[in-house]
Amino acid sequence: MSEKELTTRQNLRFDELWAYDPAPESPDYVKIEEQYNLFIDGKFQEPASGRYFETINPANEKLLSRVARADKSDLDKAVAAARKAYEGVWSKMPAKERGKYIYRIARLLQERAREFAILESMDTGKPIRESRDVDIPIVIAHFFYYAGWADKLKYAFPGVDPRPLGVAGQIIPWNFPLLMAAWKIAPALATGNTVVIKPASSTPLTLLRLGELIRDAGLPDGVVNIVTGPGEIGNAIANHPGIDKIAFTGSTEIGRTIQEASLRTGKKYTLELGGKAANIVFDDAPVEEAVEGIVNGIFFNQGHVCCAGSRLLVQEGVADELVHKLKMRMETLILGDPLDKNTDIGAINSKGQLDSILGYLTDGVESGLQIYQTKCQLPEKGFWCPPTLVENVSQAHRIVQEEVFGPVLTIQTFRTPEEAVSLANNTPYGLSGGIWTDKGSKIFKVGKGIRAGVIWANTFNKFDPTSPFGGYKESGMGREGGIHGLLPYLEISQ
Amino acid sequence: MSNRLNVLKTCKLYIGGKFSRSESEHFFQVPDKKQKPLANLCRASRKDLRNAIQVARKAQAGWAGRSAYNRGQILYRMAEMMEGRRDQFIAELERAVSSKRRAENEVDLAIDRLVHYAGWTDKYSALFSTVNPVASPHFNFSIPEPTGVAGIVAPDEQPLAALISLIAPVIAGGNVCVVLASEKYGSVACTLAEVIHSSDVPGGVVNVLTGFRADLVPHLAGHMDVNAVLFAADDPEQKKVIQENAHLNVKRVHFYEGTDWMKDDAQSPYYIIDFQEFKTTWHPVGT
Repeated sequence: MSEKELTTRQNLRFDELWAYDPAPESPDYVKIEEQYNLFIDGKFQEPASGRYFETINPANEKLLSRVARADKSDLDKAVAAARKAYEGVWSKMPAKERGKYIYRIARLLQERAREFAILESMDTGKPIRESRDVDIPIVIAHFFYYAGWADKLKYAFPGVDPRPLGVAGQIIPWNFPLLMAAWKIAPALATGNTVVIKPASSTPLTLLRLGELIRDAGLPDGVVNIVTGPGEIGNAIANHPGIDKIAFTGSTEIGRTIQEASLRTGKKYTLELGGKAANIVFDDAPVEEAVEGIVNGIFFNQGHVCCAGSRLLVQEGVADELVHKLKMRMETLILGDPLDKNTDIGAINSKGQLDSILGYLTDGVESGLQIYQTKCQLPEKGFWCPPTLVENVSQAHRIVQEEVFGPVLTIQTFRTPEEAVSLANNTPYGLSGGIWTDKGSKIFKVGKGIRAGVIWANTFNKFDPTSPFGGYKESGMGREGGIHGLLPYLEISQ
Repeated sequence: MSNRLNVLKTCKLYIGGKFSRSESEHFFQVPDKKQKPLANLCRASRKDLRNAIQVARKAQAGWAGRSAYNRGQILYRMAEMMEGRRDQFIAELERAVSSKRRAENEVDLAIDRLVHYAGWTDKYSALFSTVNPVASPHFNFSIPEPTGVAGIVAPDEQPLAALISLIAPVIAGGNVCVVLASEKYGSVACTLAEVIHSSDVPGGVVNVLTGFRADLVPHLAGHMDVNAVLFAADDPEQKKVIQENAHLNVKRVHFYEGTDWMKDDAQSPYYIIDFQEFKTTWHPVGT
């Protein structure tokens, strides 16, 4: 046996011995129009400006389509349509009929699931394995779940006469375009509100296709309106006097301006913002499972995940073994064509985001941090960042405090559970946290100490429509999912 | 005018996901509302009942083990299948018991009620579970779990609406059931069994028997592997049999007779909770 083979075996490096053949999904299955208009009042309408912007595939930088650039007058039209639909139809309809419309959306999505998955991967760069097995199934589950709530609100909030708010303005990020839209549209419709929703400008295509599907499902005109455009349209939604409630998912930076505008205009609002989650591994953790959880925690969706486990906190006794195994596991991750079924790591969502991630890494190198990247080959075209570890960091480093939103994991060690909790809580964020230990009692003790809205114990990045999600501190307020996810869309009176 | 002769359907029992005649080969004839012969129904025997209970028990763990989401999808699928047979159900109800208008209302209500309970599968546990703030350092929570095998005795009136209203909450909560259909209008139950059969409901989860209450209720009430009985028929004599026998294995007993199943409020999560047990778990908190 050659020396290379021996090393490979010892370190369980199967990647070079057994390469996978390419297994791409065909993009031809999805028909993409050359141009998309705004979805207002049940029809696709040209923008007042007549202007369009481009959306590209970040894995090859090829143009996918051109999408309408809405301005203020288009937004006014969308809000007026939503208001008319709210007052004329949607709030008056028997709740069970509303629910049946939402069930239709869920069922139509199930029928067309693969098409949506492929389109999502093309527009975002995320691996098809994720869009197919995570994003779209959870989208469907959310519609199915909230459809059922439509006629059951009195049981969720007994004695307080829950009523809809009116028109909900919803602003969606680019990391989970359709999923975040589903998290917002489904509870809004179930509770009897109508919607004006804006996708991120780099990832509008799946939401526009959902517009087509909603039209096909026969929803009354104006119940869901989709406006596409730059960030200023999001800002205009936040300030629009015809909108009663804002639901925003995105950066903490923009979130602050949304909160400011909402407080000024008296709108109800929910914010789902950034995170810097600690993934805490104790000495008694099952190491192999922890490695999988860490990989899933930070490299899922190229780390473009607000609740990503971006800070690994590992107890000293197991640190060397864990980091060694983690590096071995990382080397097996396949980076490349998002449409390939074997791909683990897809493309970075945009040039701007790649520059931002690389900025953190350059800064880290300049501060003397030790950076480890896997040896995978990066494609020539597109935006790519290999899975990255940053070792010997301290709590004060920028890369530990700020949200990188990329496949970059920092590693710190700790000795006691108290120290782990203290490190975990030492950022402005509080969205999620991970705990790895064989001891159940420790999960509850440490979990209680972490100031975050979601705790994953011996697992990570799990989502379910029945389970509320959202942040403490500067990670936002309000919850999406579960019974709690209904509340932001309801007026509750005694 | 066509001289084609229409083909009549044989009504059978539905046990363990299979349509079978009674092992006794006994039957009884039911008339339509004009007192003309409508159908020959199987007169299920004690042995048929015991077989049904046995296959129901076998199916119970698997059904309870399905995710709540999956159970919801299957109930919704039943609604889809019923919608596709809407005209058939209306015609059958109209011939057996009802006016066209009432039959339409009953079928529409039955479909929507299935959708209603499809929505409950992944919600009732969130409403009826608690995290209990015990004084010691323990994480303590109580959650509902299905009771097990339920026997359902259906009423004669509003045969379709009643059947759906009785079966849906029981299976939504992860239970399985053996249903004794209406004596007068059992043919509708046979058609409903076909819907169930084509809706991804695993065999044995819902078993439908036609026959005489007097033949079967005493054995249902006394059977030691039935965990709950739901009695909705207007039949004081058989009700008494249940009252006198259910204690043998401490069956959960619910009498729903006299309910107007066509009313909007004849549906609620409390019908699901009637067939749930509550389990409390203690777990230490500490390092």
